[in-house]
Amino acid sequence: MDLSILLQYWPILLKGFGLTILCWFLGTVFSMILGLIISLAQRYGPRPLCWLIQVYIEIIRGTPFLVQLFVLYYGGPLLGLRLDALPAGILGLSVYGSPYFAEIFRAGYLAVPLGQLEAARAIGMSEPAIIRRILLPLSLVSALPALVNFSIILTKETVILSIITVPELMYRVQRMSTETFRYLEANLVLALFFWALVETISRLGRRLETRITRHLIERT
Amino acid sequence: MFSISTFLNSFEPLLWAARYTMLISGLGIALGLVVGALICAAALSRVAALRWFAALWVSFLRGVPLLVQLLLCYYLLPVVGINVPAMVAAVATVGICSSAYVSEIWRGAIIALPSGQAEAATAIGMRPRDIWARIILPQAFRISLPALVNELILLVKASSLVSIVGIMEVTRASQAQAATTFRPLEVYIAAACIYLIINLCLAALGRYLEHRMTV
Repeated sequence: MDLSILLQYWPILLKGFGLTILCWFLGTVFSMILGLIISLAQRYGPRPLCWLIQVYIEIIRGTPFLVQLFVLYYGGPLLGLRLDALPAGILGLSVYGSPYFAEIFRAGYLAVPLGQLEAARAIGMSEPAIIRRILLPLSLVSALPALVNFSIILTKETVILSIITVPELMYRVQRMSTETFRYLEANLVLALFFWALVETISRLGRRLETRITRHLIERT
Repeated sequence: MFSISTFLNSFEPLLWAARYTMLISGLGIALGLVVGALICAAALSRVAALRWFAALWVSFLRGVPLLVQLLLCYYLLPVVGINVPAMVAAVATVGICSSAYVSEIWRGAIIALPSGQAEAATAIGMRPRDIWARIILPQAFRISLPALVNELILLVKASSLVSIVGIMEVTRASQAQAATTFRPLEVYIAAACIYLIINLCLAALGRYLEHRMTV
């Protein structure tokens, strides 16, 4: 065990960590937005669109993230889609996460009491207003634990981006270990680091959850 | 642009490699079920140290990406003097990782049983061992089946990561195929189709079990 390499490599590792966070953040935000659009389209769109969306959801959920990245990054150029590793990685992460988020939102809509929506319609609110003021706020609260949970899962998926050479933390660590031949230490430190990261994020997430739900319970 | 013949031709080597995908995920879930049962027993035990160990086990395996676990296991085993084929290391990692999820599924299923069942069994004088063997475990197993099939689907997808330690499963085989044909698009889409077929079959099985086994 020799951890002195970490002292030597820490600026590079820090850069990699920054990129990991960036990929995770953008990937989560984009896939959440995409998931929201998909779930609304599924709820309000015409039948054929719903079928198409269902096919999309099954395909993305039924195939490994790694294979999706390969199709996008190595297969994309054949269709004229030339992306650098980083944009391809973020796009891949967004596409990969979107059906899961869509399902979470869908479950959230189902948890909104029907009476609330009927009451809103009865007092003459327009459908967009109902979505904005009744459906989304109420469903987001019940979906929050699942949203936080899936965002945490996405942090772990970012390491797979290293395979298509996105220079995030995992990639830097692999580079470091091939340069110094310290494979075990490097991977051990990486594992401990991710463990700490995921534990911290899930603690924060739980705190956010109790905070938001408590606030709403007091108000209503 | 999209060459149908390349697409169809890549199915043969990929289907051959699909045996390994299924073998790894099948053995992985089997190992996960065994270790997961032990961890679940530890999590529900009266001994604080065991509960603590189970919590640590679950937290570590769920907190560290599988790819990192895989490489860690791959580099750690030779250092501690265990020389096993890459295949064994891969199955062990996948299985141990899934044990954390399986133990949580089983813990949830056991907790979800109405406590009146165990109380009623105690009231008519059943021994604790019989209560577990005849009341709690059979029902918990039935409740947990759909979730376990779901876990198996996750493992089929996770087994694609095993390709980076050099095992010729579907993903690795498709990389090789893409390198020889220079048509990555068709080959990787074919690989995606194979995973999709496996997982759609498993999902159908899951729905069937959910339908039949609901208590």
